[in-house]
Amino acid sequence: MAKKESTFTNMVLTLFVVTALSSLAAAAVYNITKEPIAEVQRLKQQKAIEQVMPGFTQLARTSVMPETGPDSLIFFKGYRDTTELGFAVTTYTYIGYSGYVKMMVGFTPQGIITNVKVIDQKETPGLGTKMVDSMQLIHQVVGKNPAEFKISVKKDGGQVDAITAATISSRAFCDAVNRAYKSIDKIEKQAINTGRVE
Amino acid sequence: MNQWTNFTKGFIRENPVFAMLLGMCPTLAVTSSAINGLGMGLATTFVLTMSNIVISLIKSVIPDKVRIPTFIVVIASFVTIVDLVMAGFAPGLHSALGVFIPLIVVNCVVLGRAEAFASKNNMVSSIFDGLGMGLGFAFALTLLGSVREILGNYSVFGIKFIQSDGVLMMILPPGAFITLGFLIALINHLNMKAKS
Repeated sequence: MAKKESTFTNMVLTLFVVTALSSLAAAAVYNITKEPIAEVQRLKQQKAIEQVMPGFTQLARTSVMPETGPDSLIFFKGYRDTTELGFAVTTYTYIGYSGYVKMMVGFTPQGIITNVKVIDQKETPGLGTKMVDSMQLIHQVVGKNPAEFKISVKKDGGQVDAITAATISSRAFCDAVNRAYKSIDKIEKQAINTGRVE
Repeated sequence: MNQWTNFTKGFIRENPVFAMLLGMCPTLAVTSSAINGLGMGLATTFVLTMSNIVISLIKSVIPDKVRIPTFIVVIASFVTIVDLVMAGFAPGLHSALGVFIPLIVVNCVVLGRAEAFASKNNMVSSIFDGLGMGLGFAFALTLLGSVREILGNYSVFGIKFIQSDGVLMMILPPGAFITLGFLIALINHLNMKAKS
């Protein structure tokens, strides 16, 4: 078949047909995958809550605006039957080496950190990513109450040993944990929405 | 040209990274570890093969003057579809490769093959070309990533063999340029030797 001439009509028509077909295909796939993607996201969050606050049977969800930072934090207050287990907080920071880092931090009702899970990050592979896979930072803060243990790197006058060559990522980690902790007081004052969510 | 040469030319002789210096942006950016290089390479192979198939099929109805925008649209659609399908049905794979997928749109290896090969050849040749070039790209990235990971982190594919931090510079951007330079020199040397 001979090549089509590059006339104005031909070019406009071809581009129109190609873009229309492409967007149709993308839209169709989006519709098919919308549900599974939402489900995957929900499971991911569920798993993160499970890791920082094991054994809950009931969750109450509420969101709160932190004093610093542009986005609100999501609090999950966990109960085993009627006993209060603590909070799982999705928190974030924008001061990572590549900006945004999203984490889930668990607290007991007294404010002691039970566990930390990094959900999303774009830190330098091999350096900043150690905040996820080496547990070095996480081990330092688990079991500590931020009221007594100053969560910031030693360079900034805190008590956390930064990861070698990843001070900025370590600083970001501390920033996110602190943001979660500082908002707990605020949440206690707010009437917590006790409706069952999950 | 038989299909076997279409397939094998991408590995050394026309390797997109070492011989043609295409797709430098992902090459330098994601190869801080071997597994990242392999992931990016395989994701690119898939998109490259699919886009080669489509472009070789529609090449005769595309007017010459708008062929580049058309190719870009086709590639971008494939990338979007691959991204969505992986996120929905293979979340494990997606969390490992997810960050690389959007980068493929701007990878000039894909556009380069569409322009230089798929738009002039039939579908079967284009499939072999896509597979060969893609795997050659994956091979180059894995090699680059391995070298940088070995020197920079004393590990390969995440398995540590010396419990220490390594030469940090190698997993930072300068390490990418240095390693790439030495690898290209090595490949050129081997090519020259083979010719003489």
